[in-house]
Amino acid sequence: MNDEKSHWLTRPATIRKLWWGFSVVLALTVAAQFFIYVKGYFGVDGWFGFGAVFGFFSCLAMVLVAKALGVVLKRNEDYYPAGDDDV
Amino acid sequence: MFDVLPPAIVMVAGAILIGLLRGHWRTLFVLGTPLLTLWAIWQIPDGVVATVNFLDYPIEPIEGSPLRRLFATIFALMAFGGGLYAFRQAKWYELSAAMIYAAGAIGVSFAGDLITFFLYWELMALFSTVVVWCGGTPGARAAGIRYAIMHLLGGVILKVGIEGVAIHTGSIDVQPMLANNFDTWMILIGVLINAAAPPVSAWLSDAYPESSPTGSVFLSAFTTKTAVLALILLFPGEPVLVGIGLFMVMYGIIYALLENDVRRILAYSVVNQVGFMVCAVGIGTQMALNGAAAHAFAHILYKALLFMSAGAVIYRTGFSKCTDLGGLFRTMPITAVCGIIGALAISGFPLTSGFTTKTMISQAAADNGLVFVYFMLAAASAGVFLHAGIKFPWFVFFQKDSGLRPKDAPWNMAAAMVLLSALCILLGVFPELLYRFLPYPVDYVPYTAGKVLFYLQLLLFSGLAFFLLLPLMKRTLTISLDTDWMWRVLLNRIARAIYTTVASIGIALQTRIGESLDALRKRAGGHFGTGLSRAGVFARAWSIGTTALWIAVLLTAYVLFYLV
Repeated sequence: MNDEKSHWLTRPATIRKLWWGFSVVLALTVAAQFFIYVKGYFGVDGWFGFGAVFGFFSCLAMVLVAKALGVVLKRNEDYYPAGDDDV
Repeated sequence: MFDVLPPAIVMVAGAILIGLLRGHWRTLFVLGTPLLTLWAIWQIPDGVVATVNFLDYPIEPIEGSPLRRLFATIFALMAFGGGLYAFRQAKWYELSAAMIYAAGAIGVSFAGDLITFFLYWELMALFSTVVVWCGGTPGARAAGIRYAIMHLLGGVILKVGIEGVAIHTGSIDVQPMLANNFDTWMILIGVLINAAAPPVSAWLSDAYPESSPTGSVFLSAFTTKTAVLALILLFPGEPVLVGIGLFMVMYGIIYALLENDVRRILAYSVVNQVGFMVCAVGIGTQMALNGAAAHAFAHILYKALLFMSAGAVIYRTGFSKCTDLGGLFRTMPITAVCGIIGALAISGFPLTSGFTTKTMISQAAADNGLVFVYFMLAAASAGVFLHAGIKFPWFVFFQKDSGLRPKDAPWNMAAAMVLLSALCILLGVFPELLYRFLPYPVDYVPYTAGKVLFYLQLLLFSGLAFFLLLPLMKRTLTISLDTDWMWRVLLNRIARAIYTTVASIGIALQTRIGESLDALRKRAGGHFGTGLSRAGVFARAWSIGTTALWIAVLLTAYVLFYLV
């Protein structure tokens, strides 16, 4: 049990390293645009780092919209009575 | 009558044998039937194979075309994959029902006329309901009934449209049409209900997660994708589909982000993915229709793979909520790796089947100058990675240590997952394998350095957004209201209100009538009764004289009336 708890993937040191690795990869995908031409179909999507910015902010927007809608839409999970009465 | 073996009939026959046989023979037929069907599918030439006359209508039970064969092929492949995944765990009636359900989908694929189309369509509705019921819980029973009502209702609407088209045009051919009159609108609505389009998308996320761990694998594959095929055959280029598709895409993402149940997350992402295809059908160019067909093919594989991964987890742990799960990568590595491959594929990562198919749809939007559609689809691609690509594997296999140490998936489940994972990667690395079977010649190069880089940026920065926003995505023990609230709660309340009103009116009436009757009885009793103190008028013993007098009076009156 003990060595399971300290599975290498869950150690803080590993997670720190993973974040570093991830950040480097992120930086590389943007930097690569210096060398690789990204064809923009509508102008803006060919701008430097457009994919990165667009991806990040559309996700941010979607999470926030979901969060806002959640205020209205979320209910306790037993909101609908389970079983036969509820058809 | 037929020069070829009808694939759907082959499959139905196999399904019946699955019910009749036991042991290894049953296994043989679970695995063999889809393969035999696959063979039959590839025997079907282009064009109408046979025509039967029924009530003056030319019935064309089998019509071949590359598009139809493509869909039938993936349905048969999926039946095989699902059978492999399920044959040791699922009940025989679930397997049998799932095979007939698949047969319905294959039947629709080859239907040359609307009557055949409708019959197979209903066959799917009936047997998919059985698959939902095989969940075996009271929740599954109730969800199955709701599911059946929705699909039978959709069937009625479809039928109304088909009757209208048959009468007004005189043709029952399955052929492209536009939603420009009542009949075609009815057909479109009937088909869209099966595609889980708004406002009834909720049936999907309501029913699929209630089925058994094996059942949801079958359910994820057939109904919605048959609807996509029907849209390609009947409504290519129907403009209204673009908007509907985009709505579905966003709806799926938002609801999946709010969801806690693993299979419900995947169910919402079915709606999301079908939205891509519906949108593509709406664009309607050759590139778009190719994209819709290719994406449907790829989607069936990776979505089934995701449901398999989730199903294996539920089968082993009994839990299906993100809040209960986590950290399972330790003891379920195969399930985790296959789940991650499915998640990457659905997100459209380069080298997976999602990339080589979904980008065709974006390309079609770009080629047609649809700016808004293009950027919505790009945002949605990022969103898919967010809600399915990372959220699913993260909350199930990583996240926190739930303390669960289940065994990995049983060997047959693992084999099915490995098979589908391999196909997801195969189609991602060698897209030509799929492209050559698409309905139109493919003039599309998925792997250009620029495109790959653009999508890598898009996806990886979505990943960054996910991990930065994790605090906002803390799972809660909640469900989210959807339009099904209207029929599960509002309709219920209205029905109850009507019932209470009618009941109270009834009670009031009853009291009033009772009172009136009572009064009448009392009054009558006054005349007829032989009461204690004094008998009623008609109950008294009259003296002879009085009686004679009364008779005389009456007779006089009678004579008088007679004479006058």
